[in-house]
Formats: sequence, structure tokens, C-alpha cells
Amino acid sequence: MTAATPQPKAMFVKTNFVRKKQRSELIAKCIFGAMSLAMIVPLILIIGYLVIKAWPLLSWDFLTTNPIGGMRKGGIWSALLGTIYLVVISLCVAAPIGVLAAVYLNEYATENWFTRIINLAVVNLAGVPSIVHALFGLGAFVLFARLDRSILAASLTLAIMTLPVIIASAKEALASVPVSFREACWNVGATRWQTIRGIVLPNSISGILTGVILQVSRTAGETAPIMFTGAVFYRNIPEGNLFAYSIKDQCMALSMHLYTVATQVTNAPEALPYAIAVVLLGAVLLVNATAIVFRVILRSRKKW
Amino acid sequence: MPPTKPKRAQRSEAALLGEKCIEGIIRLCGISAIIFVFAIFFFVFREGAPILGKLDLGKFFFTQTWYPTSLGTPRYGVGAIIIGTLSVTALATAIAVPFGLGAAIFVSEFCGNKMKEALKITIELLAAIPSVVWGFIGLTVMNVIIQKVFRVQIGLNVLNAAILLALMSVPIMVSIGEDALKAVPDSYREAALALGCTRWQLVWRVLLPAAKNGLLAAVLLGVGRAVGETMAVLMATGHSVNIPHSIFDSVRTLTATIAAELGETAAGSDHYRVLFLIGILLFSITFVVNLTADLVVKGIRKK
Repeated sequence: MTAATPQPKAMFVKTNFVRKKQRSELIAKCIFGAMSLAMIVPLILIIGYLVIKAWPLLSWDFLTTNPIGGMRKGGIWSALLGTIYLVVISLCVAAPIGVLAAVYLNEYATENWFTRIINLAVVNLAGVPSIVHALFGLGAFVLFARLDRSILAASLTLAIMTLPVIIASAKEALASVPVSFREACWNVGATRWQTIRGIVLPNSISGILTGVILQVSRTAGETAPIMFTGAVFYRNIPEGNLFAYSIKDQCMALSMHLYTVATQVTNAPEALPYAIAVVLLGAVLLVNATAIVFRVILRSRKKW
Repeated sequence: MPPTKPKRAQRSEAALLGEKCIEGIIRLCGISAIIFVFAIFFFVFREGAPILGKLDLGKFFFTQTWYPTSLGTPRYGVGAIIIGTLSVTALATAIAVPFGLGAAIFVSEFCGNKMKEALKITIELLAAIPSVVWGFIGLTVMNVIIQKVFRVQIGLNVLNAAILLALMSVPIMVSIGEDALKAVPDSYREAALALGCTRWQLVWRVLLPAAKNGLLAAVLLGVGRAVGETMAVLMATGHSVNIPHSIFDSVRTLTATIAAELGETAAGSDHYRVLFLIGILLFSITFVVNLTADLVVKGIRKK
């Protein structure tokens, strides 16, 4: 036993050519991997830096007190509440229209030139620069519809801006419901709308909600469209009252507040803009993470 | 006895009428996107058009003196601002394309399922960062980094804004580029691997040519986003009307000009209308870019 018989050599021998091939493959993988990392590492570093700079100011009081002393002291309550108002109202407008538009595109429209034009319009609406949305909001809602600069005008502007993305994500959710579900429903004599209400929407509602939640984060961060349609530099409101704004008022907004404090307010304490940025970023990323977790759970629970 | 009217499948007239109404509403919502695109064009044009009679368009596009508030003779020349926009966008694209497409290739071809999920989620989060936060990062972090690394006086310049815009447009390039690569049939990959290609050869010789339209569309949509971005460039370019001679010069962009000046103009004044005219220009640019991207994508589907 001790005199080991020589093991047969591996059946495939690595030639120089194979080695070279493997090396080039590894190099390619590393290069592309590094390119991916190059986007992620700065993201983490920057967020970390912002949080460290903002740390001294972050507290519950910071969220629930009004800015005072020419926006150099105090908290961000009125801006936070303003952002919540803008997001909620714009979603209340955009979500139903967007979902119904997706229902039309997915359930009613046939493959023809008209549908193509609608799809093209959706893509183009998504590509319109935010500042052009601002001009539109100013021209259409503030001046033409005489809403003046108000929460309502700003929310409507934001709603039109978020519409295409809601349409796209809702359409995807609707398309993931198998056609056989619909056919079964039609076969028992249901009409189109009954099928949609009873089968298609309940089965895709979670996917649609994920898309809508993702939109919340985009809406909350927008600055340009609300600058001229309803957001103001400064406004004082009663602290702790959730209904302090009316929709005809102008409001403060977190994104606008960050811009103001970072560029217009002199002698603000150094941590202040960082703290606002961290609150805004935190809210946006939290909402996004919720949507992502929601989606992962949904996917694992899918029945078909 | 006259025959009674037959009942229609146990459903009342009211229910049928209700359903008709709902279908009508759905159809109306369906065409809402078209309505809004036209509405945007109409209302922006309505505010901007009256200046067209007074303004020499040749001077508007090709002179570089932007003195909108000068008392005697305000001059509206957006030549330098257009070049500023182009320079920032071009540099941003030059930075973003290799990274965006490289990441798309990595996500689609080189990594396992778990890592793919993780990378896609991170990229989604990257896309979610609001532009005003990017602008703030440019103003504080990048500003200092550029001053120190390149030893220049001003850190708010073309390079600063281009890096921010690149980071902002990379996520869109990755997600659309990955879709384009996914659309290449697996049989192509199998054939190439069976012939003994390395992955690198597979990517370079097979996938890139096969997915080139989709990747082009990804780049175009990224460019579209970069042209239209407002807050980040407003805060990071330095905002001075200037034809840049190097990437360390401050410039001003079309979007930032509107954002900075619209608040200070009186509704209906010449300056106000010129800003709307710039809006029409921006709208047209992004419209053309998006249309081209769409046609390019449609081109693949036809094949």
C-alpha cells in the first residue's frame, strides 16, 4: 500500500493557450467589476460623509421645530410638512390617471399606430426636463388656471411629471398577470371591465403599489418644478399641527430648503445644510428600500 | 298578451351604462400622455412666442452676450450658454458611457444571480438620489476635492458638473443597457462559447455588435437626462456665462439659466419670454433625443 501507484494524470492538461484564455477572462471580469464598483463606492463614501457632517444636528427636535433666526437655527418642520403635502396630493392625482392609462394600454389598446403614438408620448413625457415642467406649471396652472402659486399648482405640476413613470411601472405589473387568467374570466361571461376589476387589478395591485411607492421618492426630491409654482423660501406654520397648510397656501419644501440654505443663506451653521440633505436623502432612500423589500417579498410569494 | 322585453343577462341598464362610462374614462386616461405632451408644448410656447417677433433669432443663437437685465439695451445671446450646456453634457457622456456600459455588461454577463440582484438594487438607489442633493455634494464635497487634486482656484466648473451628471445618468444607462444585452438570444452566447471564445471575446465580438442599437438607445437616454438636469448643474457649474477653454472653467447651462432667473422676472416682460423660449429649445432638444432613442429601439424589434 505504501508504494503508491502513480496516479493517472488529469485527463485535460492545461496548455499555455488555455491559461492565457483564463487569464484574459479574469482580466475582463475584473475590469467590468471595477467599473461597477466605481459607481457604488463613491455612493457609500459620500453618504457616509454627509451623515458624519450632519450628526451634531440630527435629532427629533430638528424634525419637529420650525426654522428660526433667518433659517440659521431651529429645525425643518415646515419644509418637511410641505414636502409631505406636495407628495401626497400629486400622488392622489397622478396614481389614478396613471394606473387607468396603463389599464388602457395593456387591456384595451391594440397594436396599431395610435398605440405607438401613445407609447411615444409616454417616453417623451418622461424625458421632458424638470425645468420645462416648471415653465409649463407656471404657464398653465399658476397663470392660465389662476391657481396662483400654491400647493395645488405645484402638486399638479409634479403629478404630470411623475405620470409617465407610474404608467410604465403599472403597465409592467398588469402585463405580468397571465393571459389565461383573463381568458378564464371571459369564458364565464364577465365583461372586460369586470375582468379588470375582479381579476387583473387584484392580481397586480402589489406590483402597481411598488411602482407608486418608488414615485414618492422621486417626487419628494424634485426641486425645479416647484420653485416657481408653489414653494417659497420661508414660511412659518404652527408646530405639531399636521393640517397647518391649506392647498391654496404656498409652502416650504425640503428640497427647496436645502437649495436655499446651501446657496443663499450666509453664515448658516456648517452642519445645517448637511442635516437637511441627510433628512431628504434618508427619507428618499427609506421609501425606496421599502418598495424594494416589498417587491422581493412579492416575488417570492407569487402563485403563478 | 304582448311579449315582455327580454332581460339582458341579469344586468340592469344602469350597470351597463356605468361600464360604458368607466371604459370612456379609461380611454381618456389612456390618451392623457398625448394630451399632456401637447399641453406642455402649447403653454410653454404661448408664454414664449410673443418675443419671437421682437428677437433676432440669429443673434439669439450665435452671440454670447447675455445681459438680460441691462437697463438700456438688454442683450439676449445664448451662444455661450449653449456651448456651456454642450461641454458639460459631452464630458458627462464621455465619463458615463464606459462606466455605464461596463457595469451593464458586468451585471448581465459576469456575475451570479445574488450579486446581480444586489448590484441592481444599489443602482436603483443611486438613481433615487435627488438632484438637489447631488448639487449639494458638488458644492461641498466635489468642489474641495477638485481644488485639491487639480490645484485649481475654482472647484465649481465643467468637470465637477460632468462628474455629477455622469453619476446621475449611469443608472439609466445600466438598466436600459442590461435590457438590451438580455435581448440578445442565448443561442448566440452558446455558439460563441462552443467555438472556444473567451468571455471577453464573447462580449467584444458577439454581444456588443448584436446589442449595439439597444446600447445606443441607453446612451441617448442617458444624454437626454444629462441635458435636462437642472439643480445639480445650477449648483455645481459655477454659473458664469463663459465659453470654456478647459474643463476647469466655470460655465452656465440652459436649464440653470431658467432656474436662476425666472424667479426675478416680471410675468410678461421680455426677459421672462426669452426664458420660456429657452424652455422651448430645451423641450425640442430632449424631444429629438428621445425620439431618436425610440426609433433606434424600434429598429431592433423589427429585426
